Amino acid sequence: MKVVVCVKQTPDTAATLTVVEGKAAWGDAPLVLNPWDEYAVEQALRAKEAHGGSVTALSLGPESAKEALKQALAMGCDEAILISDPGFETADSLVVSAALAAAIKKIESPDIIFFGKAAVDTDTGVTGPQVARRLGWPSLNLVAAITQLDPGAKTITVERLLEEGRQIVRSSLPAVVSVVKEINEPRYPSFMGIRKASKAVIPTWTAAEIGLQPIPAPALTWPEVTAPARAEQSCEFIPGDTPQQQAAGLVERMIAEKLI
Amino acid sequence: MDFSLGPEHELVQKMVREFAQKEVAPFIQEWDRKQQMAPEVLPRMGKLGILGICFPVSLGGQGMDFISLGLACEELEAVDTTLRVVMSVHVGLCGLSLLQWGTEAQQEEFLIPLARGEKIGCGAFSEPGAGTDVANLQTTAKQDGTDYILNGEKMWISLASKADFALLTARTDPSPKRRSQGLSSFIVDLRSKGVTTGDIKGKLGVRAGSTGWISMQDVRVPQTARLGEQGEGFKITMSAFDSGRYTVAAGAAGLIRACLEASVAYSKDRKTFGQPIADHQLVQAKIARMASDYEIAKLLFLKAGWLKNQGVRNTYETSMAKRFATDASFNAASEAIAVHGSYGYSDEFAVERYLRNARGAMIYEGTNEIHSLIQAGYALGDRTDKALRREMPGYDPERWQAV
Repeated sequence: MKVVVCVKQTPDTAATLTVVEGKAAWGDAPLVLNPWDEYAVEQALRAKEAHGGSVTALSLGPESAKEALKQALAMGCDEAILISDPGFETADSLVVSAALAAAIKKIESPDIIFFGKAAVDTDTGVTGPQVARRLGWPSLNLVAAITQLDPGAKTITVERLLEEGRQIVRSSLPAVVSVVKEINEPRYPSFMGIRKASKAVIPTWTAAEIGLQPIPAPALTWPEVTAPARAEQSCEFIPGDTPQQQAAGLVERMIAEKLI
Repeated sequence: MDFSLGPEHELVQKMVREFAQKEVAPFIQEWDRKQQMAPEVLPRMGKLGILGICFPVSLGGQGMDFISLGLACEELEAVDTTLRVVMSVHVGLCGLSLLQWGTEAQQEEFLIPLARGEKIGCGAFSEPGAGTDVANLQTTAKQDGTDYILNGEKMWISLASKADFALLTARTDPSPKRRSQGLSSFIVDLRSKGVTTGDIKGKLGVRAGSTGWISMQDVRVPQTARLGEQGEGFKITMSAFDSGRYTVAAGAAGLIRACLEASVAYSKDRKTFGQPIADHQLVQAKIARMASDYEIAKLLFLKAGWLKNQGVRNTYETSMAKRFATDASFNAASEAIAVHGSYGYSDEFAVERYLRNARGAMIYEGTNEIHSLIQAGYALGDRTDKALRREMPGYDPERWQAV
């Protein structure tokens, strides 16, 4: 089966997010394969291992995003493609999903597209469903288990993780599946994969090459980002000779502050 | 000259770091307290290919180079010394000696299962009465037909009780002209009749590892398990150290880095006199020393690794890397405790474990005192490398990666 996994390069989750001149800044945090996408890559590899075929990792981003694609290749993906164009610099998820959908149409008849549930930097979690909508395919998101996958019969059954429990959903293929971390334990890259990834030449597709001209304007912009106000903290000792007096004093203060 | 690591080395670094940080770091304190090795460590390192990282693919390995080996050791020891010790004895002393000196049949029999991580190897040279003074070892190997009968005891042997094979050196000629002659090396199956092994408890450090003894009473070893020629044991032992010490050096660089990272984080968090202690100049002096020592240690081991890749003898460079990095790691750990104050003195923080672990590496694989003498020997021109019958092969990507 033909499997595509869409990945994004994001700052490391240990990075500290700050605001610099009205823009979100990650400092010099190392850039990594979006942690949620590691689960998507793992699931894509498992689908290939169970049913044969190949896995293509697809990303949209600057040239440096090839590093995230290399991580996906080192984990075992067969090939990687970067969609990159200066026109995508201000892209919102609608533009990104348009580009990804256009690129996926260029890839020969994929059976299933995997996404992580969200990217840790923008955290919208809508790119996967938007791609599904653009392709006209079923969207299965927040998937915590794939209990049945049959590329021959073109069917898939998944468990979606909801607050109330798990929802079992049956769908036809091709479909877009976004996964949560409960679905698997991502593998480490193998040394053979590392060698393959480090030598791989990753093709870059421009907006023109995927037929997305002109690049649509983003519907969403972030004119200014502000940091949340810092909470002021202070410590006050409640006087009292006995624990009873201290407790009574504490209750009075709490009532005065309208805490109780 | 290019100081950057390529994508291959960066991915190796990242992969080993993720394994050590994710699978070992959360539990290491517990195992250190128990003085036991976590049972999953060796199988996991085997499964991930780390135990065979730098051996040719055709010999069961992963086909990476010596720099990758060093980087892996750095990442492992940044979490705990015991992980790197596994590499020193399994890959360094045992596996690489087989690569250098083993016949095709020996590589087939012993190296392939080691490189695949199916069997564990160790190196057994020290004895209750002979450590640095290798030529004085007392274990004997007497020829009996086509076999050898081994008797003696080996002490302070990492993985003694876990390993399947030990590369060990014994005396085959009781009265040679020079004491360093008349020694021979053997690959001994530690499940053989007459072999008993055990762990040593109560060590200052490397408590989550396995350090033990091997006792041999009339252990029959076939001639096919003799590594190299009879009488070549001293040279084989010394070249095993060239490999083992490299892993110690690289690991110690990781330990310095761990001390540095812990000190940076703590000094920004902890406040005294109304400001983070990172603002105090005497704390900064400690951190500056750790940062520069890390860079020096790293440059030294990477140079030694580069020489190994080129197939150039590196006894001198590896000795310098080992002594500098292990001394510096002990100092870094001590200073990291100073940065942490009283908290650093308790096992609430990892730095006290770093100090205990760092001390051992100043003793094993040649005490740092003997390394001073080795280095002085080279610097004074009293010591030169003599060609060996079999040199360690340099890294040849084509040969290493051929299936």
